[in-house]
Amino acid sequence: MSDLNVTPLNALHHELGARMVPFAGYEMPVQYPLGVMKEHLHCRARAGLFDVSHMGQVILRARGGYPQVARAMEGLVPVDLLDLGTMRQRYGFFTNDDGGILDDLMLANRGDHMFAVVNAACKADDIAHMRANLSGVEIEEITDRALLALQGPAAEGVLAAMLPGVAQMRFMDVAVLPSDHGELWISRSGYTGEDGYEISVPADQAEPLARALLAHADVEPIGLGARDSLRLEAGLCLYGHDIDTTTSPVEARLAWAIQKVRRAGGARAGGFPGAARILQELTDGAPRARVGLRPEGRAPMREGTPVFAALEGGEAVGHVTSGAFGPTIQGPVSMGYVPRDRATKGTTVYGEVRGRRMAATVVALPFTPANFKR
Amino acid sequence: MKFTEEHEWLRAEGDVVTVGITGHAAEQLGDVVFVELPEVGTMVTRDDEVVVIESVKAASDIRAPLDGEIVEVNEALVDEPGKVNEDPLGDAWFFKMKPSEPGQMDEYMDEGAYNDFIG
Repeated sequence: MSDLNVTPLNALHHELGARMVPFAGYEMPVQYPLGVMKEHLHCRARAGLFDVSHMGQVILRARGGYPQVARAMEGLVPVDLLDLGTMRQRYGFFTNDDGGILDDLMLANRGDHMFAVVNAACKADDIAHMRANLSGVEIEEITDRALLALQGPAAEGVLAAMLPGVAQMRFMDVAVLPSDHGELWISRSGYTGEDGYEISVPADQAEPLARALLAHADVEPIGLGARDSLRLEAGLCLYGHDIDTTTSPVEARLAWAIQKVRRAGGARAGGFPGAARILQELTDGAPRARVGLRPEGRAPMREGTPVFAALEGGEAVGHVTSGAFGPTIQGPVSMGYVPRDRATKGTTVYGEVRGRRMAATVVALPFTPANFKR
Repeated sequence: MKFTEEHEWLRAEGDVVTVGITGHAAEQLGDVVFVELPEVGTMVTRDDEVVVIESVKAASDIRAPLDGEIVEVNEALVDEPGKVNEDPLGDAWFFKMKPSEPGQMDEYMDEGAYNDFIG
């Protein structure tokens, strides 16, 4: 694995007995000795610590401060960034001219600048995309910081014992706080459906901070395996699987992230790549939709499974984009795309697994209720 | 007890051979969440896919290590697939078969050779 990048926590992962795998150009822990199932359940019951340092951290500045960055960024992202409150964060996505999605990301108003967190596999392209299209904006990739996520119902208690200020934060608040581990950039957000925090820490303080958090009886390290099953149960999209350059935000049922001001009739309607298709789909609906699927029985219906309207005959009408066994649900859970007329809750569709069509019911997302501190 | 390169174990008792997967295989698979077993009475040829295993990571299969007839399957695994991780060499056997060519057993590794094989 010598050509892989490593995060500042690499030595700690090895020490903790993680099984390491290549992921988005990094050597990352897929699981620790506890195993995917128990890691998942621990995170839902107590708290889990994730190393997400492979993700891209980017600071955007302009002479005109945050409003100038926000105005420029609105040209790439169909989200209301100008009205985003100070020290607040919003979910968004870069769209392409066809109305597909180039990447999804988190965007924060940090007073005099914007802070963005992008997917590891897309970060080089995202940064090039921003440099090419955001005139008058200085784009700085932050490479001297690690990113940790502390997720689960015990996360607030654990982090507040170290940093009392974090208890007052609401879901999607961000804060910059001095600490024993240097300046921490914290957001109350995550990728598990649980309450929790994402913590950007100076690289040389990442391991001491991780050790301090792991010293708490409630905290276990969690690998990418459980990260995937946690986000799937939470109904959250994984870029490159549930969303990509061919899926529009409306098909992906991410229209909630496109505020009224950016929609037809809004003060800043359109003005982002693919606006024609996306605004039209917001009005008329999309031909297909991302849905939750609960397969009958115990067999997971995994990514790539073709989906049919009937038990026999006919062409595939859709496909599964993420599928696994949900440890909290104690059954298989999948997400995928189906035609609009099959997307209603309670509809039965059929996924072909090992040559046999298995029934699956269209259900509302998320599979497990979100536990955010709103 | 004999072992295959596909990490199955075979234990002969009288004219019946019990088949499971090794601890090494169970660890590599991760938590097992689904097991599909063959029907009793099925005649199989060596290398036929007879069992489907789904773990938290991926789907895999167990192939028949011998020619013969499936004479018993471990139904308990269907309701409790996690047993495969807890007791792979004991309670979590998958099926029993009556080999038609018992000599095929001799082609597999003994425990020492298997331990060398997995390093």
